[in-house]
Amino acid sequence: MLAENPAADCILETKRLSKEFKGFAAVSDLNLQVQRGHIHALIGPNGAGKTTVFNLLTKFLTPTTGTILFNGIDITREQPADIALRGVIRSFQISAVFPGLTPLENVRVALQRATNTSYQFWKSDRCLRQLDDRAMALLESVGLAAFSGAVTGELAYGRKRALEIATTLALEPKLLLLDEPTQGMGAEDVDRITALVKQASAGRTILMVEHNLKVVETLADRITVLQRGAILAEGSYAEVSQDPQVMEAYMGSAHA
Amino acid sequence: MNRYVWLALVALGLLAPFAVYPVFMMKLLCFALFAAAFNLLLGYTGLLSFGHAAFFGGAAYVTGHLVKNLGLTPELGILGGTLFAGLLGYLVGSLAIRRQGIYFAMVTLALAQIVYFLALKLPFTGGEDGLQGIPRGLLFGLIDLNRHVTVGSTPLPLSLYYFTFALFCLGFWVIYRAIHSPFGQVLKAIRENEPRARSLGYKVERFKLIAFVLSSALAGMAGAMKCLIFQLASLTDVSWHTSGEVVLMTLLGGVGTVLGPSAGAFTVVTLQSQLTMVGPWITVIIGGIFVVCVLVFRRGFVGELGRLLRRSL
Repeated sequence: MLAENPAADCILETKRLSKEFKGFAAVSDLNLQVQRGHIHALIGPNGAGKTTVFNLLTKFLTPTTGTILFNGIDITREQPADIALRGVIRSFQISAVFPGLTPLENVRVALQRATNTSYQFWKSDRCLRQLDDRAMALLESVGLAAFSGAVTGELAYGRKRALEIATTLALEPKLLLLDEPTQGMGAEDVDRITALVKQASAGRTILMVEHNLKVVETLADRITVLQRGAILAEGSYAEVSQDPQVMEAYMGSAHA
Repeated sequence: MNRYVWLALVALGLLAPFAVYPVFMMKLLCFALFAAAFNLLLGYTGLLSFGHAAFFGGAAYVTGHLVKNLGLTPELGILGGTLFAGLLGYLVGSLAIRRQGIYFAMVTLALAQIVYFLALKLPFTGGEDGLQGIPRGLLFGLIDLNRHVTVGSTPLPLSLYYFTFALFCLGFWVIYRAIHSPFGQVLKAIRENEPRARSLGYKVERFKLIAFVLSSALAGMAGAMKCLIFQLASLTDVSWHTSGEVVLMTLLGGVGTVLGPSAGAFTVVTLQSQLTMVGPWITVIIGGIFVVCVLVFRRGFVGELGRLLRRSL
């Protein structure tokens, strides 16, 4: 399935991407194009291969065949840390925080990466205090300023996810990959995270896997529906939700 | 931690040989440094090495060989032992960090057993007897480390003690600095959540390897010190019992605390020397204490104390 305008500015593109696990094709021949500046949602029923696609894109899995291009550069063979340095940052399905560090330290670890001091074991960590202001500003932006010195592991789930977003934004990613940002949340937290994702999308591209179709409807500029590792439909929420195949796949659950 | 606490500890260290049998005190310092070096890996990087005796004992043999057979001065001997342990740590670490958890521990154990075998078979190691009668020599070619100063009526080996204490402080300071450095901050992040650290763009393997080399080099320095103090490098130093003991010391005192491993080492070594009269039952007693401690103070006693005082010790 091609994008409407082939000349459109693609930040991320996969070409015939496949992943097999012992003969089972979790993802097959996937041609995905993510346009710069979009919030692009990847949806589909359970077992459709969303998380596999996600892990392929973030290099936590190696594709069986196919290529992945980021800004036109082939990143298929790169390591997770390499693509992170290119500005592709992921979140995880379960909250990815450093539970034993404070929220401030969580964000600071991310800010620290750009300082080139990370291998300096002979230097005092007092030099990291210059990052505190920026870390606080990021915590503030996700509403966690009051918790900067708390024990991260003891924060409520929604706050952990907010912290994760703040940490991710600290890296100033060009492309943000969010794996089910609202999974397992109460309605109140869902609204807060939705607003945060919207806020985070300013000036960058977001590709997200999301189950909550209300969130997808609110946020996504473009949606790709996966089924059995292949693209079932693609388009805006309005287009996709009217697609008879999609309606069938979701058995009428897609607000149809 | 509070500056005054540190000053008090240093003062205690300086006065210790007048109150405690100096050779025993030096043994405590060696194992305290060994455990602190081990803790850099287990407590701050989350890597359980089960082969740290290879660095401790390996350095002891190298230092012994350099000093006894090649006639180097003690400081060069210790430097040589430390560098050797660091190099060995680079080799072992490069292989071991490719695996995680129990597999990491097993790779380190297996490689340490190779070092044990070499210590038994190589021509210069003295086989079953180990290297004996290693001279302490002249520090920098000037200060006789065998010199005893008579205080009251007891002769005390003060030059050797203060040399040992200075090296201990140096080693401990390096560990402290590494823990509280930008590098240490990333290590803690890796310990807390490795995939996340990776996804933030940190090359986790490189950090682990540097931590491994630092830890093994400092463990080697502890072994090199022990070799000069006891004038002996023996198979016990490279055996897996020693690898296990350092795990015990670290857990008892408090893994991931600055002072815990040293406190644990003090406890275990003191118990061992106080309980020698009970013979083989010592293993049972120390084992029992260990079980009780792990059940009651899961963070080790310094860890629990720190929790009570709400500060990191």
